[in-house]
Amino acid sequence: MMFEVINMSFALPEMFLLGMAGVILMVVAFMGQKGAGAAYWLSQVTMIGTAYIVYDSVTGMGGLTFSDSYIKDTLSDVLKLTVSIVNVAVLLYSVSYLKARELFKGEYYVLAVFSTLGMFVMISAHHFLTLYLGLELMSLCLYAMVAMHRDSGVATEAAMKYFILGALASGMLLYGMSIIYGVTGSLSLSGVSEAIQTGGLNDTVMSFGLVFLVIGVAFKLGAVPFHMWLPDVYHGAPTAVTLFIATTPKIAAFAMMIRLLVDGLADIQQYWQDMLIMLSVLSIIVGNIVAIAQTNLKRMLAYSTISHVGFILLGVLSANSEGYAASMFYAITYTIMTLAAFGMIILMSRRGFEAENIEDFKGLGKKSPWYALMMLIVMFSMAGIPPMVGFYAKLAVIKSIIDVELMSVAIVAVLMSVIGAFYYLRVIKVMIFDEPADTEVLHAPADMRVVVSANALGVLALGLFPGSLMAICATVFS
Amino acid sequence: MIALSDFLILGALLFSLSVLGIFINRKNIIILLMCIELMLLAVNLNFIAFSHFSGDIAGQIFVFFILTVAAAEAAIGLAILVVLFRNLSTINVSDLDHLKG
Repeated sequence: MMFEVINMSFALPEMFLLGMAGVILMVVAFMGQKGAGAAYWLSQVTMIGTAYIVYDSVTGMGGLTFSDSYIKDTLSDVLKLTVSIVNVAVLLYSVSYLKARELFKGEYYVLAVFSTLGMFVMISAHHFLTLYLGLELMSLCLYAMVAMHRDSGVATEAAMKYFILGALASGMLLYGMSIIYGVTGSLSLSGVSEAIQTGGLNDTVMSFGLVFLVIGVAFKLGAVPFHMWLPDVYHGAPTAVTLFIATTPKIAAFAMMIRLLVDGLADIQQYWQDMLIMLSVLSIIVGNIVAIAQTNLKRMLAYSTISHVGFILLGVLSANSEGYAASMFYAITYTIMTLAAFGMIILMSRRGFEAENIEDFKGLGKKSPWYALMMLIVMFSMAGIPPMVGFYAKLAVIKSIIDVELMSVAIVAVLMSVIGAFYYLRVIKVMIFDEPADTEVLHAPADMRVVVSANALGVLALGLFPGSLMAICATVFS
Repeated sequence: MIALSDFLILGALLFSLSVLGIFINRKNIIILLMCIELMLLAVNLNFIAFSHFSGDIAGQIFVFFILTVAAAEAAIGLAILVVLFRNLSTINVSDLDHLKG
């Protein structure tokens, strides 16, 4: 019998997160409602500490551990660092919103930290089991967060829809995993990949299992035709929870897609490429066209998310390292833009006023020119107008598609992003040219104002100097 | 001797039944939760069958984890259901129509 030495240091950020999550849980359990402030500060310390631990280990060696079920590589380092830094801002934005609605409870922070742990496990997964457990840990926390506003009918309805469709997606993913396990005889992604390279497998059964895997991933990302849950959840959930759901879980879902399709199933890319083309084109078309009809800003951003997911899929389906890097760049910049957009909604809202309709932004340009400028930067970036970062993200994925000679897909993507610019520009038009409906001033606390401004200016700065982030993404897949 | 294909056909039947149940059922949310459980059990059957016939124990270990997660999932699902019933006084699927567009 041989025992392998387990390298625990690869999972140091996860251990820290788990330990701190336990501490926060105890604080909330024993201090009750008084513990909410402590839980908030402890979770901020956790996120910053995690970011530091991840950053500290970037230069260290990577590799597999825990019987080849866990991996530390540059992909996991970069994505984990992004997740923990973005979560710092998410938690900061959430405070004023939750306090104004008497939702400022420790549970939000406990669930957020546990959910982040789930994302980390997903990002580092190299085995179907770790991938599944990470996914469930993340999703179960998110379902509970959506239902956190217990007296709101729409929030609980959104939670129920999210739960049913999320569980359905997990079931699909598991069914696909079971079929691929049956064909290849391995649950580890490297085992699956080796079995495919050795050959002699039944291609029909393999692609049958692959369909279910791709459906599961598409559900979690929110790609058309598996997007039904996304607008309802974004709309129904409290904005602080929507902010959390819209940002970092998308990075984890992107990591899941890369781990499954690229690390595990790269050698049967001719099968998954066609499926992704269909998902991606449908997402871009449906997302951009349906968003035009929305009057609710949260719902509009949900459809805009669907179209962004389509663009993220574009890079992955080109099935080469430039495409994966472009996709990763898109996923990271999408997260930063969405963070700023929902941050602006929270900044505008106050007690008894959600600021979730497009009309609620009327006359912001006269009331507060600075925040109107910030919103303008974010909307320009989402529409893909240079010099904002959204333009370079779209350019990179479309270039990777043209390189593999999928011209028609590229043309659809460009046409649809022109149509998509309409609804982003409408927000700007309402903001700058319409008269304000009231004279109410902004109530947000100073720390939040500073971070929202920094976030929006960051979108502009990344657009002016996209080189370094682009280079990081390129080294991950080289 | 029962062949591997028999297990797989049973698993596929159970899985399709549960997916159909989720999409056709417009009456009761509890039936939806039952369908989700059935779906996970169908997957478990697949894993155990493959594991037994290939002599690899890993698939059976996976099943233990799926069962545990399914229990946690059911707990959260029922908790959301209770809150939903308190707010809307119904557990009819077709009454979940306040969010649209």
